[in-house]
Amino acid sequence: MDIKDGRTVKGVNFVDLRDAGDPVALAEIYSQEGADELVFLDISATEQKRKTLAELVYHVAEKVSIPFTVGGGISSVEDVDILLHNGADKVSINSSAVKNPQLINDLVAKFGSQCIVVAIDAKQIDGEWIVHLVGGKVPTERKLFEWAKEVEERGAGEILFTSMDHDGTKNGFANVALSKLSGELNIPIIASGGAGNIQHFTDTFKEGKADAALAASVFHFKEIKIKDLKEELRKEGIPVRI
Amino acid sequence: MKIVIINYGAGNIQSIKFAIKRLGYEAILSHDVNEIRNADKVIFPGVGEASSAMKKLRESHLDKLIPTLTQPVLGICLGMQLMCNGSEEGNTKGLGIFDVDVVRFSKKVKVPQIGWNQIAKLKSVLFNDVDEKSHIYLVHSFYAPICKQTIATSSYGVDYSAALMHDNFYGTQFHPEKSSDIGERILVNFLKM
Repeated sequence: MDIKDGRTVKGVNFVDLRDAGDPVALAEIYSQEGADELVFLDISATEQKRKTLAELVYHVAEKVSIPFTVGGGISSVEDVDILLHNGADKVSINSSAVKNPQLINDLVAKFGSQCIVVAIDAKQIDGEWIVHLVGGKVPTERKLFEWAKEVEERGAGEILFTSMDHDGTKNGFANVALSKLSGELNIPIIASGGAGNIQHFTDTFKEGKADAALAASVFHFKEIKIKDLKEELRKEGIPVRI
Repeated sequence: MKIVIINYGAGNIQSIKFAIKRLGYEAILSHDVNEIRNADKVIFPGVGEASSAMKKLRESHLDKLIPTLTQPVLGICLGMQLMCNGSEEGNTKGLGIFDVDVVRFSKKVKVPQIGWNQIAKLKSVLFNDVDEKSHIYLVHSFYAPICKQTIATSSYGVDYSAALMHDNFYGTQFHPEKSSDIGERILVNFLKM
């Protein structure tokens, strides 16, 4: 769930925002429907942001009995401390890790690998996967696979990889890049960006070797029911919790 | 009923407090020796690194207290691991309640194990009305091998202890507070002991 000023939104290619509801209510529904994990990404940029996000985390933790990750604008040990204390299970960092990679080590030392997710947004430029910041708008000098390896070496517990080339297209996940990431790293990789139908999930587990798959709008707009998705995955021989 | 969650600065204890509240009970957070000793049920949480968590326990003298408790005690995740003899993580000596040493997963599997797995060979009232192969949520890099005190197993490259029991002491490697309906049932079973 993308969160702006306490509300859930989902961007198509991260630009046009559509309102998909109240995050706490949605979290409860998804938990009941069988989602295994929730991710909240705060994209608001107000001064109130920190407080609003901490409150949201508190209310989600109060209501749901499945794990959830929170990200968006987290840039210090103190930020993480507040979110974990309010009930977040994991935090996800992105731009702040690229700007200051040592932050990963500091967070891991203080809170442990298990709750530090590094989100990486990347797109292909001249055939090379390049890490991007600010919701995919700003290219960096970093290459996806090198950065992912560094993230692992610095102790992150998971990588949430979003392909900006696939996000919002509903044409499937970036399985070639995912499979390479999964093969090169020894930490779990979460696939994000591109889910449009149930087959795409099957493909990202089988071809992309993803450890988990994340999607937003197909669930928010009820295009895929989690129950149907999981039953199909089970039929395909992919282990799922039903 | 007085439920105390041991608060020694390790881990996401808010989630456990909320889970207990959803079940209709109230829990208090405390590191006070008398408060913990007088509780009806004690929950010993923990996430993070073993040696620094043990250091915190020693600083607040909880390392001496916990093994002497006589009411039902439930260690969760790192809490369970600290109740073992010791851990390979930071070469830590543990509380010595469970007679087993915690070791790291091999490099053949992705570490940490993060996500849902299944529990089997369930043998304790802790698992009343819980089916074999039920899904539970866990996040860990180290595990307790199967031993005499194992009351549930999971498999991740190797079969290991998903839960342990010795007298009034229980430990779960998984997070019941994050394991949806199944986790809530396990918590209720513990609170009703």
